[in-house]
Amino acid sequence: MIQQLVMYEEELQQINRICEVLHRDSNAKAVLVIDKNGQAMASAGDVQELDVTSLSSLTAGNVAATGGIASLLAEKEFAGQFLEGEKISYHVSIIGQRVILVVLFDGRSSLGLVRLRVRKASGELVGVLETMVKKSQSGAGQPSVFSEITDDDIDNLFND
Amino acid sequence: MSFINYSSREINCKIVYYGPGLCGKTTNLQYIYNKTNPEAKGKMISLATETERTLFFDFLPLSLGEIRGFKTRFHLYTVPGQVFYDASRKLILKGVDGVVYVGDSQMERMEANIESLENLSSNLQEQGYDLNKLPYVVQYNKRDLPNAIPMAELEEALNPTKVPSFEAVAPKGVGVFDTLKAVAKLVLTELRKGS
Repeated sequence: MIQQLVMYEEELQQINRICEVLHRDSNAKAVLVIDKNGQAMASAGDVQELDVTSLSSLTAGNVAATGGIASLLAEKEFAGQFLEGEKISYHVSIIGQRVILVVLFDGRSSLGLVRLRVRKASGELVGVLETMVKKSQSGAGQPSVFSEITDDDIDNLFND
Repeated sequence: MSFINYSSREINCKIVYYGPGLCGKTTNLQYIYNKTNPEAKGKMISLATETERTLFFDFLPLSLGEIRGFKTRFHLYTVPGQVFYDASRKLILKGVDGVVYVGDSQMERMEANIESLENLSSNLQEQGYDLNKLPYVVQYNKRDLPNAIPMAELEEALNPTKVPSFEAVAPKGVGVFDTLKAVAKLVLTELRKGS
């Protein structure tokens, strides 16, 4: 059986709120929350001009590769990464071993400020994620739409 | 691991194309990319060497339409086929929902095919998956080459569990969408079972 991660409205609102506060308090350009498999979950800030799908996939690949390096070095994980560009810097942290928090910032902010604000946001995100995982496992959020899917529904996707 | 977003009404699934080096995994994705409407696809990303061998992965996000009001999004990945990139292959299998094994029909690639299939099975096991339980299809690529092995032999060697299999000539698109549709259907059927 496929393990599912399910996002419900309530948790998404909470995650969005955390992203917005982090975006504001850290003077960041954008904040992204990505699951470790590369799916974008939430964002705040100037994301219209970003290719969020590609950024999410590459970030997850990067985090997975760094995790691979960590295990080769007998480290549990490297919890954070920082890439400094000329205009944009990219700060990545792993939250609750499950999701990735990305902060993109420019000269209006600083690494110190971003680190400080990320620490606060991380603690809050862990709590929301725990609730989300519990709900996903118990299916308590709302009745699953998938039990009603028919073979015809699936076939119709491919009638082009 | 599929990701279902009730808030934005989206189902996200991950499909991985696996197989020996130069079997045509990237070519499959390139063909899908070229033949898909712009609004249904995102950017295709290839992390490749200067000689266009896959170094880490190729990535193509694809929207297949709606089921019961939910948008279905498939993230297609390839692995690097060359033997020494095994650490990367393991990483890409994390969170996989469906696998396409792409075999090379040429006689001289048979050993590489078998080695890659065994590698797929053991790498999945390491991640806690069982190939026999995962949505899984097989594609025999390069059917147009003169040294292609007869299908019956390929089936016997590479598809002992008789999962859906397809003949393909990936650069011309033969069998490419049939393979994708088959694995996508299996993934969605599995999602239904899990609900």
